[in-house]
Amino acid sequence: MTAVTAALRPRSDRPWAGTGTLLRFALRRDRVMLPVWVAVTALMVLSMPGALAGLYGTPAARADLMHQMAANTSLRAVVGPVLGDSLGALTAWRVGVYAAALAAVMSLLVVVRHTRDEEESGRQELLSAGAVGRRAPLAAALLTAAAGDAVLALLIAAGLTGQGTAGALAFGLAVGGAGLVFAGVAAIAAQLTESARLARGLTAAVLGAAFVLRAAGDSATTDGSSVLTRLSPLGWVENVRAYAGERWWVLLLFATTAAALAAAAHALAARRDVGMSFLPTRPGPAEGRLATAGALARRLQRGGVLGWSAGFFVAGVVYGGLTDGAAKLVGDNARAREIFQRMGGQAGLANAFLAAMVGMLGVIAALYVTASVLRLHGEETAGRAEPVLAASVGRLRWAAGHLVIAFGGTVLIMLLAGLGLALGHGTGLGPILGACLVQVPAVWVVGGLAVLLHGMLPRAAAAAWGVAVAVLLIGWVGPALDLPRTVLDLSPFGHLPKMPGAAMDWPPVLALTALAACLNAAGLTALHHRDITT
Amino acid sequence: MTKAITVSGLHKSFGRTHALDGLDLDVAAGEVHGFLGPNGSGKSTTIRVLLGLLRADAGAAQVLGRDPWRDAVEVHRRIAYVPGDVTLWRNLTGGEVVDLYGRLRGGLDRRRRAELVERFELDPTKKGRTYSKGNRQKVALVAAFASDVDLLVLDEPTSGLDPLMEEVFRRCVEEERQRGRTVLLSSHILGEVEELCDRVSIIRRGRTVESGSLADLRHLTRTSVHAELAGPPDGLSGLPGVHDLDVRGRRVRLQVDTDKLDAVLRSLTASGVRSLTSTPPTLEELFLRHYTGDGDGSADAGDGAGAAGPRGGTASGVTR
Repeated sequence: MTAVTAALRPRSDRPWAGTGTLLRFALRRDRVMLPVWVAVTALMVLSMPGALAGLYGTPAARADLMHQMAANTSLRAVVGPVLGDSLGALTAWRVGVYAAALAAVMSLLVVVRHTRDEEESGRQELLSAGAVGRRAPLAAALLTAAAGDAVLALLIAAGLTGQGTAGALAFGLAVGGAGLVFAGVAAIAAQLTESARLARGLTAAVLGAAFVLRAAGDSATTDGSSVLTRLSPLGWVENVRAYAGERWWVLLLFATTAAALAAAAHALAARRDVGMSFLPTRPGPAEGRLATAGALARRLQRGGVLGWSAGFFVAGVVYGGLTDGAAKLVGDNARAREIFQRMGGQAGLANAFLAAMVGMLGVIAALYVTASVLRLHGEETAGRAEPVLAASVGRLRWAAGHLVIAFGGTVLIMLLAGLGLALGHGTGLGPILGACLVQVPAVWVVGGLAVLLHGMLPRAAAAAWGVAVAVLLIGWVGPALDLPRTVLDLSPFGHLPKMPGAAMDWPPVLALTALAACLNAAGLTALHHRDITT
Repeated sequence: MTKAITVSGLHKSFGRTHALDGLDLDVAAGEVHGFLGPNGSGKSTTIRVLLGLLRADAGAAQVLGRDPWRDAVEVHRRIAYVPGDVTLWRNLTGGEVVDLYGRLRGGLDRRRRAELVERFELDPTKKGRTYSKGNRQKVALVAAFASDVDLLVLDEPTSGLDPLMEEVFRRCVEEERQRGRTVLLSSHILGEVEELCDRVSIIRRGRTVESGSLADLRHLTRTSVHAELAGPPDGLSGLPGVHDLDVRGRRVRLQVDTDKLDAVLRSLTASGVRSLTSTPPTLEELFLRHYTGDGDGSADAGDGAGAAGPRGGTASGVTR
């Protein structure tokens, strides 16, 4: 009987073999990144009730805030609707979307790192040649991400119990659930493309689309009931209604979607060869026109710049379109204005909204500049820089090729964001483009730090991501947390005039430009004098 | 004779590891110079210093008459480099990479490029990720041989090439020599070295242990002798340069330093020779001796480089 079943089965009947070993291996490789990411996200959430209690101490103040938000379509689009007036509900409102987005990014990085990255580098071949089942690598990657999401969910649930157990559990699970869903999206993206970079980009684009869908839906309704919101996994987070009459069944939506995506990824993985994708590589030109290190850098970063440009333009159009909602807002309501001011805006509501959006895009551009500068690091550690530098190419020329794209690209994407905002809002181009350009020096400072790290401490170059994320967090939640001025001042963005609306303030802008130049000079000098690493 | 590369007393440390410990290297212009040594002995580190990618801690290095660190860009116009492990950009074709490397150096000979693509059977339209290891090497080799340069620095260039392609590679190096170019060839493939190299340098633990033509180096090793004699041997053990003497009745096995062979033969003929086999040192023995020994002249194929300290002249592994 056993013999018969065994004979009928296909020969490879242990597709999960080795999953446990690979999972432990993945957790070991992520032993720093995963706990830090989980801890930072959890801390961001758990510090909220205290901060919000300081800002909206009385029930009356909180009820007032609810009314503001009910009237304010634009702010709802950015943060989401307030569904209850308890501190727990306000916490879920203020950081829910961002915590879910951070969980999603963590999941996407982990999954791609342990699947497509491994295949692209060729390391997977060696692993798969061991006693490792066909499904084990993907399963281990998904489990690693799931472990991070689960710990994050538990930390949030445990940390918020003071505000009510049911709401804490619902909120924690919703954040973790969003992470799981994007682990599934990343798993599919990793099957579709041969490049880990592209897989990450595709998943990030899905995440961006989810954010825009939710934003559009939330601007239309006050309780997250729009179809658009319900299409977005980030919208599901608010639809769980933590601390506002929890809807537990929405959590099932996370679970079933994540399971379906994971199953689809497994089905795709089973239908392809290790290292290959579904999009076949086409032959290219037999002869090339690339003749300089600069041309090579442009060619290598072309796709990235295009993606960021499109994303920033679309985001600009969307947020520009939402700005009118802010202008129609109930007269001169002091509290609504204060909320904008806390988000980085100034008085004059349309302008305040635009300024807040410009500031948000600015800190996101810090991610672009970091990624672009770190291409230097990637080229060097992958061994592709060595033959180029062994040719008649000076190190500065080689680095300059990439840095022109990093720093020039910053100007380009900010201008495109401004163009989008102006188109979406339908107002004059000049002030908005100016406001976008004012962000550039602060972005450059973040890029300059990456250049410095790559030049002086090549082994620690990845720490530049830490800088970019810290700047992002300070920009997103710093003001809401009422962080001390000294902390806010650590971010270069905190020194910029809040434009459009505020008057141009040249000294900080020029100082940041000079600082960026100095960081670049120091980093390039160090690069010029150090060993090339392998 | 002008020198293409001169290196003396080169030191380079990475943290506590002394990768180079007073290395010397002389490569004459126009010669093919073999650069040999066990894994981790510092070959690639030396090459990377010569390419100005690493900065030496101490010692002097000149490449084509210039400082490889200070004048890197100028020197590199006249150098083509092939690493042992070529990594390509996933979205560039092999042809694009060949042309890029050529242009980043002194320029590319279009006719020779086309000819080399043909000879190496390289499909230049494939994208980086889809090349096998051997084909990635071919991309770098075609770019190097088609470049208009004076010096080729090849760091284990044939790893992953099939025997046919390796033959093509050898002919290409031969052509480079005829064109008067200098080649520094780091390799573990002894047949390749024996066939191509005018002179070799052997390094160990960051230091040059031997340098010269292969004939010179052979001279320093031992010949093994098997003989069957008419009478009992006499006085063999007293001769200089004799090792591992093993006498069983009238049968004699021994090893002798090649330059001391004369006296041994005289002693053997004095006893009357019935049969005699004399095996000259193979290149393998030459390398094993240098790779595993500690400078005391012992060679033990069965024992790895980890063996340290003097080992009283046992050399059984060498006899074949």
